[in-house]
Amino acid sequence: MDKDILVEYFPLYKDALFLTLKIGWQGIILAFVIGLIGSAIIHFKTPVLRKIVGIYIELFRNTPLLVQLFFIYFALPKVGIQITAKTCGVLGLGLLGGAYMIETFRSGLEAVPVIQTESALSLGMSDFQTLWYVILPQAISISVPGILANVIFLLKETSVFSTISLMDLMFTAKDLIGMYAKTIECLFLLVVFYLVMLLPISIIGAIVERRMRYGQFGD
Amino acid sequence: MELLKVTHLHKEFGQNTVLNDINLSVEKGEVVVIIGPSGCGKSTFLRCLNGLEEIQGGVITISGLPVEAGKRDITKLRQKIGMVFQSYELFPHKTVLENIILAPTKVQKRDKEEATKEAIELLDKVGLVDKKDYYPRQLSGGQKQRVAIVRALLMHPEVILFDEVTAALDPEMVHEVLETMIALAKAGSTMLIVTHEMAFAKAIADRIIFIDKGDIVEETRDVKEFFIEPKTERAKKFLKTFAYE
Repeated sequence: MDKDILVEYFPLYKDALFLTLKIGWQGIILAFVIGLIGSAIIHFKTPVLRKIVGIYIELFRNTPLLVQLFFIYFALPKVGIQITAKTCGVLGLGLLGGAYMIETFRSGLEAVPVIQTESALSLGMSDFQTLWYVILPQAISISVPGILANVIFLLKETSVFSTISLMDLMFTAKDLIGMYAKTIECLFLLVVFYLVMLLPISIIGAIVERRMRYGQFGD
Repeated sequence: MELLKVTHLHKEFGQNTVLNDINLSVEKGEVVVIIGPSGCGKSTFLRCLNGLEEIQGGVITISGLPVEAGKRDITKLRQKIGMVFQSYELFPHKTVLENIILAPTKVQKRDKEEATKEAIELLDKVGLVDKKDYYPRQLSGGQKQRVAIVRALLMHPEVILFDEVTAALDPEMVHEVLETMIALAKAGSTMLIVTHEMAFAKAIADRIIFIDKGDIVEETRDVKEFFIEPKTERAKKFLKTFAYE
């Protein structure tokens, strides 16, 4: 392995990492918001919306992100909706992640005992206040492992962004290999950068999880 | 003054009739104790009163306003009806103080400082003011239950429902919770209490209601007499289960 090559390519990978993180986090925030709204719709058993959310979840969980991205990037302009590759990446990741986040939040909401809801209602709280102040905080803390698993999963999924010519880590690696054929160095850097991005999240996740389990609320 | 009125209340779960035809009128300041064997419907009855259960027949009114589960203004009515649960149901992610002032500040939009001040006064009365920043899991069962009572009180309810509030507690803790409730009764609160503590029932009740199989079997204001010589055979048999010779 040529050390000079590693040093030379390093800045390119660094830029790609930042792009991946930027699009990744925007997509994850979108996924989080979709997750909250969608799980609230299911939680309240809202008549028609609930069906729509159900269809959305099945649609996005059962098609590959690659296909979703192609659809958003290449099919939408045909009906007159133009979006940039970056927006497409955020949207694709957010919609895919949203489907997973809804399910994660939903199981968290279901894990909070019903009598907690009754307790809040008996204090005169509305359904929304009960969800927002009492049930959701407990549900989220129960969902932390699932949320973190989703975050890591989504950041890894960003590797298909290269197909809509976003210069993410995967794109950079493939591009450099194609041009200079320094395959070993390029792949080595690729693995290192993915680890640099994801390992801290896994480690922080493990710590947060342990705190949630043992030191729950107080101490 | 009549505060709570229940006429021809009928409640069923599917095919199962839980409450048959319950009629009850509670005056302001009255302490009504509801007793009866397990599964007789007494807890369900309390839950109907603040709209946690839908009813299949009859009318419940509080200060003349009908209580109907699922109606929009049910939240307004629930503010008038406090409820304390057997399992405390404090919110685990909030401190004692946060638990207590959450509903007054968010539901009644009261000033946070004013609510806090009153919360601390009430906590002081039940001897828990030094625990105000603790989380529920750091408290004993009896302490949690007293916090739950303070939480219900801070909403200034017109009537408070107590659903077997000492059933999950050690005997010593039972005592501290019951003391708190007796103090409330003396201060003139209107209370409906479901309990299995017969000595406590005798001490606190203005009226005893004995429910069995979804019906009010016996109802009397002569509380002492009821515990010595109940009028119905069913109540006699029930009370015997508490006596050991």
